[in-house]
Amino acid sequence: MNQNEKLSKVQTFALVILRLFVGWHFLYEGVIKLYSPSWSAKGYLLSATYMESFFSWLASESMISIVDTLNIAALLLIGAGLILGFKTRLASILGIGLLMMYYLAHPPFPGYPQGLTEGSYWIVNKNLIEAAALLVIFLFPTSTSFGLERLFAKKEIKPSTT
Amino acid sequence: MAEDKKLFKGFSRRDLLKSLGGIPILGAVWFAGIDQNKKAKLERDFLLEKLNIKATPPPESGPMSGDPLRIGLIGFGIRGEQLMRSLGFATNEWLEEMASSAANNPNDKRLADFKSQESLNVKLSAICDIFDIRAEKALRSFNVNGNTCKRFDNYLELIHSGEVDAVIIATPDHWHAPMAKAAIEAGIHVYLEKPMTHTVQETYELREACRKNPKAVFAVGHQHRQTQSFLTAMDALAKNTLGHVSLIMTTTNRNDDNGAWQYEIHSEASPETIDWNAFLGTAPQVPFNTEHFFRWRKWWAYGSGLSGDLLTHDYDRINCILKMGIPKYVTASGGIYTHRDGRNVPDVMHVNMEFPEFTTGGTQREGKEKGMTLVYSATLGNQFERGTVLMGHDASMELGNTLTIYADPRSTKYKDLIQEGRIDPTVPIFQYDPSASGVDAVTSATAKYFADKGLLWTYRDGKRVDSTFLHIREWLSCIRNGGEPSCGVQEGFEEAIAAHMAGLSYKIGRKVEWDEEKEIIIALPGEDLDAILLDNDYGLPIQKA
Repeated sequence: MNQNEKLSKVQTFALVILRLFVGWHFLYEGVIKLYSPSWSAKGYLLSATYMESFFSWLASESMISIVDTLNIAALLLIGAGLILGFKTRLASILGIGLLMMYYLAHPPFPGYPQGLTEGSYWIVNKNLIEAAALLVIFLFPTSTSFGLERLFAKKEIKPSTT
Repeated sequence: MAEDKKLFKGFSRRDLLKSLGGIPILGAVWFAGIDQNKKAKLERDFLLEKLNIKATPPPESGPMSGDPLRIGLIGFGIRGEQLMRSLGFATNEWLEEMASSAANNPNDKRLADFKSQESLNVKLSAICDIFDIRAEKALRSFNVNGNTCKRFDNYLELIHSGEVDAVIIATPDHWHAPMAKAAIEAGIHVYLEKPMTHTVQETYELREACRKNPKAVFAVGHQHRQTQSFLTAMDALAKNTLGHVSLIMTTTNRNDDNGAWQYEIHSEASPETIDWNAFLGTAPQVPFNTEHFFRWRKWWAYGSGLSGDLLTHDYDRINCILKMGIPKYVTASGGIYTHRDGRNVPDVMHVNMEFPEFTTGGTQREGKEKGMTLVYSATLGNQFERGTVLMGHDASMELGNTLTIYADPRSTKYKDLIQEGRIDPTVPIFQYDPSASGVDAVTSATAKYFADKGLLWTYRDGKRVDSTFLHIREWLSCIRNGGEPSCGVQEGFEEAIAAHMAGLSYKIGRKVEWDEEKEIIIALPGEDLDAILLDNDYGLPIQKA
């Protein structure tokens, strides 16, 4: 928790910005899905080009409503965690897991069908980059600089400073 | 409180800001999401309210209670097998094949769908097929679970056996009307595959037989009448969403052997296993040959090619929605350009049907709302999906298992909304996809062709249902509970006459006219239209040249 000693103010600021932006992205996706009752991951899962049997199991009749609910809940919690600065390490790990699922269902591997994308990708795409960003956020926690965890950190620090 | 103050001792305002600064960001993002959804929903609701199209399913056909109905099947070929599965009877071979297919592919739900299909409370008590191998296959599979199925060598024996209440007929076209007529006259209910008849004369005779025997329930096998998107399309047209429809484009696009009627020839087919004379009936007496027996759709003597097999689907789909009836004029052309294998029905065909007096309603000044052409354009040499489009002054509708409506940039009805930017003519104003985000697995190019046309299955409460099952169920319900089948003899009459007009125009090479008052296709003096229709060698102008 002594990251501030190692990092300059500007470096911390940049990391906080990164954390907020990733959280912002997760939260907005979650909110849009939460308020669109007809939304379902079924189409995305059924059209998976890699690990098809696993993803079609997730899309099956008995699983899909659980998967949809968990997906929305995860997006909201990860987003809120990263923005508020609360349990950011847990949120980062969950976020990496979720992004890797999205990535593996439609990976931009050479020779794999790419479907409709707004850009061109080879092995690395935006899901993978966002996952890497979360890895940075996981390794360089900033929630004691900006976030709810500052409250608890202060509490802990208090005895040692007096 | 004192404790709290102590707790936050050493906390500056700056600390508090840094601790809680995320909260307003979270609130802003959350609010933006809600706002975005609300705006999209408002626009959607506005359009839906404006269009007021109802995507409600039809009332379910009545209960299947009472004594089991005894069904006889005539013709256990490709379609016969499909119809039997919809009725609840699958062959052992099919069950085994589906079980192994499902084991290899968890997405293959055909066996599970079949097993979960509602029981129609029927006995399959009799079967008639003139190919021993098929008849024996049926007997092997259907004499199980308390069902007793008996074979008849002759359809008349089956009809008059006293062992059936109803028959399903899935034979080559030239046997449709004679068999259906014999059954109806014996008071037996009939489910007849399309096209309803093979000649013009039979069309009148079968209608007459049905009129004289109103107790026998008669249905033509146009199963797409159960397709939910078509019912939604009917509602859209009733609300005058499209304005004056002046042109309808329907198409057949196939590029595989099965789609060109190159059906498999059974290795055990021989004069010993096939009753050849029973197959020929009134057709020209030609020596036994398996090509004619298994691929009968390729000859006018037994089948009717594109106009009878596939145009009938498209015509009836549109007739089901618009109820425009028989066209005043039909012009057709085409040729045999891909499958030069001795067939005499065309493999490329264009049919223009004219309805000069028909109207779907208008939004412009009076006098600009009448007249419509239905184009049927078919090829068996390419499968680029051209779809079905109803083109109105105000909007165009793409019709299949899904339904999409686009406003026309020059529409009168939507002019203001287009100007206000609330309607974008390049974005659908209405889309109906009963399968929502589901992706359906289809097995072959031909199956995909049918599925896209809404001919294989439809949806009830978001669940995929075999439309043939619903169509047979509707027929059985009319037998049990009364009511009229959605595709009865009048609809079949219109379908058959329209198809025969197309076949005739193709063969004669001129515009064929329907006299609505006299209910006849106008012939030149001395012209025998049915002889022309059946003649294997008539016409073929392009191939001969």
